[in-house]
Amino acid sequence: MASSSITTQPVYSDTVVRGFALAAVVYGIVGMLVGVIIAAQLAWPELNLGIPWLSYGRLRPLHTNAVIFAFGGSVLFATSYHVVQRTCQTRLFLPSLAMFTFIGWNLVIIAAVITLPLGMTQGKEYAELEWPIDLLIAVVWVSYAIVFFGTVGTRKIKHIYVANWFFGAFIIAVALLHIVNSVAIPVSVWPMKSYSAYAGVQDAMVQWWYGHNAVGFFLTAGFLGMMYYYIPKQAGRPVYSYRLSIVHFWALIFTYMWAGPHHLHYTALPDWAQSVGMIFSLVLLAPSWGGMINGIMTLSGAWNKLRDDPILKFLIVSLSFYGMSTFEGPMMSIKTVNALSHYTDWTVGHVHSGALGWVGLISMGSLYHLIPKMFGREKMYSTRAVELHFWIATIGIVLYIAAMWIAGVMQGLMWRAVNPDGTLVYSFVESVKATYPFYVIRLGGGLLYLTGMIIMGWNTLMTVKSGKAVEARIPLVVAHA
Amino acid sequence: MDILYLLIPLSAVLVLLILGVFGWALHRGQFDDVEREGRRILQEDVSPVDADQSRPTGLPEQSPYRQSGQS
Repeated sequence: MASSSITTQPVYSDTVVRGFALAAVVYGIVGMLVGVIIAAQLAWPELNLGIPWLSYGRLRPLHTNAVIFAFGGSVLFATSYHVVQRTCQTRLFLPSLAMFTFIGWNLVIIAAVITLPLGMTQGKEYAELEWPIDLLIAVVWVSYAIVFFGTVGTRKIKHIYVANWFFGAFIIAVALLHIVNSVAIPVSVWPMKSYSAYAGVQDAMVQWWYGHNAVGFFLTAGFLGMMYYYIPKQAGRPVYSYRLSIVHFWALIFTYMWAGPHHLHYTALPDWAQSVGMIFSLVLLAPSWGGMINGIMTLSGAWNKLRDDPILKFLIVSLSFYGMSTFEGPMMSIKTVNALSHYTDWTVGHVHSGALGWVGLISMGSLYHLIPKMFGREKMYSTRAVELHFWIATIGIVLYIAAMWIAGVMQGLMWRAVNPDGTLVYSFVESVKATYPFYVIRLGGGLLYLTGMIIMGWNTLMTVKSGKAVEARIPLVVAHA
Repeated sequence: MDILYLLIPLSAVLVLLILGVFGWALHRGQFDDVEREGRRILQEDVSPVDADQSRPTGLPEQSPYRQSGQS
């Protein structure tokens, strides 16, 4: 590496990275708090206090939007802007446009916080936000794409590191999904109201084409980008097989787009379309597990690092949850399994093993690696607090998903139980009553997870206070073949 | 199921596009020496600007920074 420097040596544009990283921690706490509130409402419905704005139906989309788009989105922006600069060894293309994405994304979140409790919604899961906000999202996202691909285009390193491929695919796919799914006919500006351009089962198909790929690209591909950069960096070792990481990428993006119909088993969707969705979901197991094994095996021969470094614990355990939920997902897409699991809390457990276990832990691990670097420190203010956070969060996840698995299978079995004369053994409300203890356990798991996030908030605050924002030099590029 | 007339061609076009990008990457030598590329990210130098570093003398007119990356 070049040891010399020149007076005009440029620096990375990290201001926007810092902004998104800190925003992620704040939104994480807020989004998880709303999650805990609605988990409590499921156990004790009186907690909506009779106020419409605090009712479950309005807070639930606020929770999903806050954790997916505010927390997850901010982590994705922060890490992709960081990784693309470091691996391309150049600064962001149009840093002012990058700053616009920061302001714009935060405006989207503020708009969501106002409109969702007021009951303004398109009624599409994970795409609830109404049309004016959708337009803003589209503008921000196109700007994001310009900044990201502009940076890749002006790179100083010939090879495009695999993490950038994942981030790039995530950005393009989300733009396409968002635009196609959000096509709507506006009818009023305030209250915001529009009607979807699609109707009936057509709308359902577009919605779940969007919904599943939002999971695949927003919550998977982008976070795999983090995995392929932050695990090698934190472990100080190259990824186990770089070749496999490339196979992982291409196999994943070739197959993901087709799996959506598994959300619509036994509906008005044509049977063959359901089966196609199921088959592609099963195929997805292969690339997913290839990637998981590749990430975990990066520590092969250096497993002791896992014992000593809580950040690596976050990163590696997140991969084990990734493996678990990418096994569970294809299994649940099998129609006979789906007949039992669909509409039960098993689905909720599955989503949260992916969301809390995979997306949450990889985000926290990446942020714990990133935040001290952005504020001129070697590591976080308190490593013991990181360790504590890890254990509290992991216990919380296990409580949460175990409770939902048991509740889900129980609900499925109760709903399908029939007497010899063909009548149902249980009424619906009996299954709700039987679920009560599991809702309370789930609340406990969620509370633990939130507590861990609050510890992270404190640790981040102390790290920022004791450090200072430093500009990092772009290294002089070493000649390469 | 008219919507499938939109979604299936869209997916097919995407697959062709992905194939195209894959071909571009292959052709441009992105995958020529993959294991070395995996190690490169560990070699980055991220020294902060205000770190005390002695400035070298007799720098070339043009920074090597600009010339590289063309290979």
